Amino acid sequence: MEHTTLSHHLLLAGLLFALGLTGVLVRRNLLVVYMCLELMLAATTLAMVAFSRFAHKMDGAVFVFFVITVAAAEVAVGLALIVALYRRRGTIQSDALDTLRD
Amino acid sequence: MPDGLFTFFAALTLGAALLLVLSRNAVTSAMGMILALVGIAADFFLLDAYFLGVLQVLVYAGAVMVLFLFIIMLLDTDDATGSYPWKTAALGLATFFLLAAGVVWLFHWSGAVSATAAGVTPPELSANPAEFTTAAKSFGRLLYTKYLLPLEIAGFLLLVALVGVVSLSKDATEGQA
Repeated sequence: MEHTTLSHHLLLAGLLFALGLTGVLVRRNLLVVYMCLELMLAATTLAMVAFSRFAHKMDGAVFVFFVITVAAAEVAVGLALIVALYRRRGTIQSDALDTLRD
Repeated sequence: MPDGLFTFFAALTLGAALLLVLSRNAVTSAMGMILALVGIAADFFLLDAYFLGVLQVLVYAGAVMVLFLFIIMLLDTDDATGSYPWKTAALGLATFFLLAAGVVWLFHWSGAVSATAAGVTPPELSANPAEFTTAAKSFGRLLYTKYLLPLEIAGFLLLVALVGVVSLSKDATEGQA
């Protein structure tokens, strides 16, 4: 990887984050929105590993380890919430869940 | 110019992410997500973070995505027809790219950060565990010394999540009946 610079990795991470953001903003299916959120999280970990590698320190990589741990716990709780929501309301389309607006 | 492997995996990751965002079928979206996560793991490998790459595939692409697919299968997930709110998305993306351009300006042209800080090539790998190494051992060394308290907290957080999921998954009407 002699010619791959830090900027290349950061560019990839930024583009992935932007794609995830697009998904969060345009999709209505809560499960897909949640997957796009996870993609944004994964993009930030990519930037963190790149910084860690180029700064020649292990700390960033260890933090990514923690981020993956927390993300796993978060996904479990989030999916349980979505299932509970579906049980109560019968839908997971975000534009159908506007009770607080009325 | 980046090398071939990076270009290939970057294109794969971005294509898979596009599939995730644009596909109206939730299962296709999940497949795109798995592919994108594998692509990110490949990039971890290119950055010499082998342990994290393996962890990414095992935890994310493995356990987490299986959970997602299971829930997609369980719920009725037909996406509503009709166009997506692209105007909102354009506004959000414009904000994001404005912020990103600000960061690029700060680091490359404002002179606030010295040019040597933004490395062109990654430093040589060493066996010194205080620096960046490929060995999983150096993770353990930091996890049980410098980051012992965060590790304990992460363990506790997993327990809390477990209890929370169990209480959320119980039928809400069970107690009232």
